[in-house]
Amino acid sequence: MSKPDFVYVIYIHSTPEKIWQALIDPEMTKEFWGRHRNRSDWKPGSEWRHQNYDDADDVAVAGTVVESDPPRRLVLTWARPNETDVSRVTFDIEDFMGSARLTVTHSELSPEMLSAISGGWPAVLSSLKSLLETGASLPMTRRNWKKAS
Amino acid sequence: MNVKNFKPAIVYTIYIAATPEKVWQALTTAEFSRKYFSGFAIEADLQVGGAFIARAPDGSVHISGEVIECDPPKKLTITWNVNWPALVEKLGPTLVTYEIEQTGEAVKLTMLQSHDRDISEDILSGGRQGWPAILSSLKSVLETGNALAIKMAPPERMLAALKEMGIGTP
Repeated sequence: MSKPDFVYVIYIHSTPEKIWQALIDPEMTKEFWGRHRNRSDWKPGSEWRHQNYDDADDVAVAGTVVESDPPRRLVLTWARPNETDVSRVTFDIEDFMGSARLTVTHSELSPEMLSAISGGWPAVLSSLKSLLETGASLPMTRRNWKKAS
Repeated sequence: MNVKNFKPAIVYTIYIAATPEKVWQALTTAEFSRKYFSGFAIEADLQVGGAFIARAPDGSVHISGEVIECDPPKKLTITWNVNWPALVEKLGPTLVTYEIEQTGEAVKLTMLQSHDRDISEDILSGGRQGWPAILSSLKSVLETGNALAIKMAPPERMLAALKEMGIGTP
């Protein structure tokens, strides 16, 4: 049986460049991604880490940059520290009639990971949209939450 | 019609900086729906058994349904039947449920599109394409006052699948 995918699509009144920047700029991710930052040089083959904005040793997720084509497509492997399950996250960013369409595909998920991330992505990506459209993220995503994914 | 026979085929969740009452109003009134739903007017008689209609900008009734559950501002379940010849006969009714929850300082809106039988991915592709656009735009309307100026292309894959089943499509 193939592992399930989680796919989330959201439309944002913004540009692909701004969305790409929001995904990698710590000053933005801390606002919409549970006070975390994504650290990498974003080159294919490089490592990347999703870590506590205030404590670099507190790493929630880590993996490898599989593809990096700014500002259109970013593919990452995704694993929690000390866990063997490795999944894959693809960000596709397209221009769409003066707005942009962001599609996040989280694939190769174990059932446990599917349930863990299904609640997280809609909150994080809804907050990203709010931040880019209004200048303010959703308050609940500014705080560090345990088991953030 | 027994709601218990229906299973969600499409689920979409979005968080909105608004109150549950505002989200409810956006989902159930033409004033808001015209902005985020391609000019369509939602006309809802908000009581169980009441009519639920989405009227196209040309005045024709595009979706006709009935209110099944109504618990403002928390939950609304309606039948959501597109008025294409033979559609309901061949696919059965479509059920749409909106769940609205206050979560901290935002509202969590969950849309569930449910059916009482297996529906092919080809047919579901229409909803998979449409709901994120509609609800992304609804969020923008409530947070910024402006809808997204996006127009969806006709859902060709769904239309081809419906045509194959002998369902009348535009």
